[in-house]
Amino acid sequence: MSARNTLRAMPTLLKVGFAESVAYRAEMLIWVLSTTMPLVNMVLWMAVARSAPVGRFGQADFVGYFLATFAVRQLTSSWAAWLINWEVRQGTLSMRLLRPISPLWAYAAENIAGFPMRLLVAVPVTVLAVVLVGSRAVPQHAWQWAFFVLAVLGGWAISFLANVTIGALSFFLGSSQKVMEVWLVLYFVCSGYMYPVELLPSGLRTVINWLPFRYQIGLPVELMTSAHEWREALALLGAQWAWVAVLFVLSVGVWKQGVKRFAAFGG
Amino acid sequence: MGTVRRYWRLLGIQLKASGLLALQYRADFFTEGVTSLFWTFTALAPLFVVFGERPVVEGWSFGESLLVVGWFTLLQGILEGAINPSLTGVVEHIRKGTLDFVLLKPADAQFLVSTQRFLPWRAFNVLTGLGLFFYAFTKLGRAPSVTGVLSSVLLLGTSTLLLYSLWILTVSAAFYVVRVDNLTYLFTSIFDFARWPSSVFQGVAKGALTIFFTYVIPLALMTTFPAEAMLGRLPLHALGGAVVGSVVFAWIARRVWQRSIRHYTSASS
Repeated sequence: MSARNTLRAMPTLLKVGFAESVAYRAEMLIWVLSTTMPLVNMVLWMAVARSAPVGRFGQADFVGYFLATFAVRQLTSSWAAWLINWEVRQGTLSMRLLRPISPLWAYAAENIAGFPMRLLVAVPVTVLAVVLVGSRAVPQHAWQWAFFVLAVLGGWAISFLANVTIGALSFFLGSSQKVMEVWLVLYFVCSGYMYPVELLPSGLRTVINWLPFRYQIGLPVELMTSAHEWREALALLGAQWAWVAVLFVLSVGVWKQGVKRFAAFGG
Repeated sequence: MGTVRRYWRLLGIQLKASGLLALQYRADFFTEGVTSLFWTFTALAPLFVVFGERPVVEGWSFGESLLVVGWFTLLQGILEGAINPSLTGVVEHIRKGTLDFVLLKPADAQFLVSTQRFLPWRAFNVLTGLGLFFYAFTKLGRAPSVTGVLSSVLLLGTSTLLLYSLWILTVSAAFYVVRVDNLTYLFTSIFDFARWPSSVFQGVAKGALTIFFTYVIPLALMTTFPAEAMLGRLPLHALGGAVVGSVVFAWIARRVWQRSIRHYTSASS
């Protein structure tokens, strides 16, 4: 599976992935509707902030924060772990392995190809945020936009690579669904998905800064709502992409070891 | 009278089958327990953050909100252990076109599909919920009154009925939009709103959300009402309203189900 093969196959993979995401648009809509948790939390925090602001957050800031969370979640989510689990159990993975291109590229392409459809959800939500909160719901300067785009890409990469790593554990465990569940719980609690991370006590915040979860949702959202000066933003982006690198190495390593085992018992 | 006895026996048989199946996977007992505690922790995390900021939110203190989370957890156990598994099976039946086998049997179809599968280990959530009640009342520094406990037990019945009816309505939708296997996720995410006392939603859209979650999708009746009953501050007319409301809701769900069944054309026809 040379790099040239992969590059040549990419446009086709993307096209197929896009066609699939259009075909299953009703399903996607259900998925989008089932990520309403930020809205629950938005309402909750608005109630908390009704009498007085919490930290630097007034009611409007919470609206901006959680609508951004909703939009970012659409753009950075990945479901490769479920797919890998399923394909390993059903044995259909062997079909993918026969192709002259790594299945990992195929999973990535399927994910990326869903992007246009996901933008269709994320953009209106962002527009709504601007209508409700004003222009501070989106980055103010060009560099902030650039940082935001980088953060979304990094957030997606962390989600995807973590999904691949956990999915590949199913080669060893039979099923890694439970591991994924544990990951998801930590993600909900630590990522800034349910509350802005800065509202946590500082000791806990330090721990969270060392974990990958905040960089999946929290950082893109913070950059979207211009919570950081550029120096701080740059440091956080550095930490995010360091996690991308770590997870990249880890996922490829686990995947390669796992496929060997799969070949061993698949024959 | 004969039919009631027959249905009791049927229920017994179905329960026994699921029970035997569950006993084959005893390790599940442990994993379900651990995951249930884990999910409870996620439910609690925002609570700690919120009440770290304010002692009282919309008239609810930390200990009182814990009761709502307790009810949420308990009902989640019932939902995932007793309601979800069978009714997800219906969606599967519709998709594969095997619902005919159920419809042909000489018993009520809604009864059959609703009792076809239980996951007893999921009931671990019920234990977690009870643990939360205990913790909440320790925090509050008092015990619930006898009438409070009795009315909350009554409300447990109405909540379960409501939850079940809501699920029946959701499943009925599957007859019309067959290619949707994620209805479960949609349902659980709506149920998420029930984690919080319904008065929390008062500030939004002039209370429209509170009205919506009391009368349209009666989530408030499921978790907030029982919690208030335990605290001994649920007015009697609200208790009566919950009982009447849930019966009416169940009746509507049954009618919708029957209509959907008639609408259903099997794979062969």
